[in-house]
Amino acid sequence: MLTQFVQQLANGVVLGAMYALIALGYTMVYGIIQLINFAHGEIFMIGAFGAFTVYRYILPDGTSLWIALPLMLLGGMIAAVAVAVAMERFAYRPLRNAPRLAPLITAIGVSIALQEAVRLYYPDARSKLAFPQLITGSPIPIGFGASVDRASVVVVLVSVICMVALTLFVRRSRMGRAMQATAQDPDTARLMGINIDRVIVMSFLLGAALAAVAGMAQGLYLGQIDFRMGFIAGLKAFTAAVLGGIGNIQGAVVGGFALGIVEVMAVQYIPGQFGGGAWKDVWAFALLILVLVFRPQGLLGERVADRA
Amino acid sequence: MTAMLEVDDLRVAYGTILAVKGISFRVEQGQVVTLIGGNGAGKTTTLRTLSGLLKPAGGQIRFKGRRIDGTPAHKIVELGLAHSPEGRHIFPRMTIEENLLLGAYLRRDGAGVGRDIQRAYDLFPVLGERRKQAAGTLSGGEQQMLAMGRALMSQPELLMLDEPSMGLSPIMMQKIMETVAELKAAGTTILLVEQNAQAALTLADRGYVLETGRIVLEDHGQALLGNDQVRKAYLGED
Repeated sequence: MLTQFVQQLANGVVLGAMYALIALGYTMVYGIIQLINFAHGEIFMIGAFGAFTVYRYILPDGTSLWIALPLMLLGGMIAAVAVAVAMERFAYRPLRNAPRLAPLITAIGVSIALQEAVRLYYPDARSKLAFPQLITGSPIPIGFGASVDRASVVVVLVSVICMVALTLFVRRSRMGRAMQATAQDPDTARLMGINIDRVIVMSFLLGAALAAVAGMAQGLYLGQIDFRMGFIAGLKAFTAAVLGGIGNIQGAVVGGFALGIVEVMAVQYIPGQFGGGAWKDVWAFALLILVLVFRPQGLLGERVADRA
Repeated sequence: MTAMLEVDDLRVAYGTILAVKGISFRVEQGQVVTLIGGNGAGKTTTLRTLSGLLKPAGGQIRFKGRRIDGTPAHKIVELGLAHSPEGRHIFPRMTIEENLLLGAYLRRDGAGVGRDIQRAYDLFPVLGERRKQAAGTLSGGEQQMLAMGRALMSQPELLMLDEPSMGLSPIMMQKIMETVAELKAAGTTILLVEQNAQAALTLADRGYVLETGRIVLEDHGQALLGNDQVRKAYLGED
């Protein structure tokens, strides 16, 4: 009983780490330009494909794990960042002063375009591709009779490192302070000498790099990738961002882990005809609806009332 | 001698509506110049255009002899023109110290920035006492001090202050105006926009009266204080 609970908790944390990484991209871009970038899920997918490309076409057979993993991650990040920066430059920037619905619709268009581009032009991408299972070895016991496989441990560790690094960057660095200032008051940020265009590009760039980490993590965790993987993961991560409070970086992390754990627990413990894996997306989105009805500002709340 | 700031036939439009309809004025080095006028006269619009937040519909702006109309806002600060905006606009969720650091965003001289932060705390001791406090929790007057301190952090050659006394208690208003006088005494060149015409004209070397986007009067500050038209319209006398 306890073993099962701890096991599911661990699974929820792994899932939550991936949601949180993607949610950070949604929340940073939203915080700065109030755009829900619905194509962000596809950036996650392209990150996974970038990592896969390095493995398939660049690395020689039998490359050591310690060389292969960082190079794959780097490849995924480069692909994701390049696409995200181009997307901002050519799809969103021309609409900077347009009514808010215009960039939102554009985001949906970009999302479909990216999915189709990968499906049509990436070799063999019409069906699922087997992602290499590089991290092997016996599961690691975590107490109470539960255990987690080694890939999951790596996923959680790398995710947490990324989140801490991002928080430090935003709080301590000059560019991070510029991002905070722009999020709070863009016109006044310009009066400080901050180049807003660069801040916006930086928010897309950081979000894409984190999404690439998540994309590769999902490949390692599930053992397969496909051109559609960004759709549902993107929606879930968006849910996580709203759950935590959109625009709030800590909120995205809390929301991601909360959503991952709730989803796993719902599948495990809801009995009868609503139980089981088939209903997991339903519970995730039901949670979104509940949050929107009862606490629309999210768990950590978008703090808006202090503009004196 | 070229003026520090020369504005020539400046026009600014919101959509098709002209808010500033061809105004010209100058600010010489070391002067305090004030723009006064009622709501909607175009004072704030003029400052926002000078600092690059708005693009002019026509006319020219020269700062230190160089045209800056059409230059992006973040480049204009770099040239030495700082703007403390109407409504203060401090960054509410950052500390006082972080707000001041953002004022020095373009500076690379860490030691100098540290000295100037200390100078801001000397000028406004209340800010120094609360340096780690979120700026959004300050009172209106304290926020105004922070906004002025932040604008000074860029080491501007011309400081533009938009309605520094707006919404403040009479005591706080007096304190802010005393600070403006101190800055003037230290040789700071200031372009001051105020609804409190009495206070602004008392300080100013030169004043311009704006009405619905046009300059209707200009003179020395003291002369405008004694002008019948100004006394009736802006100083509440009949």
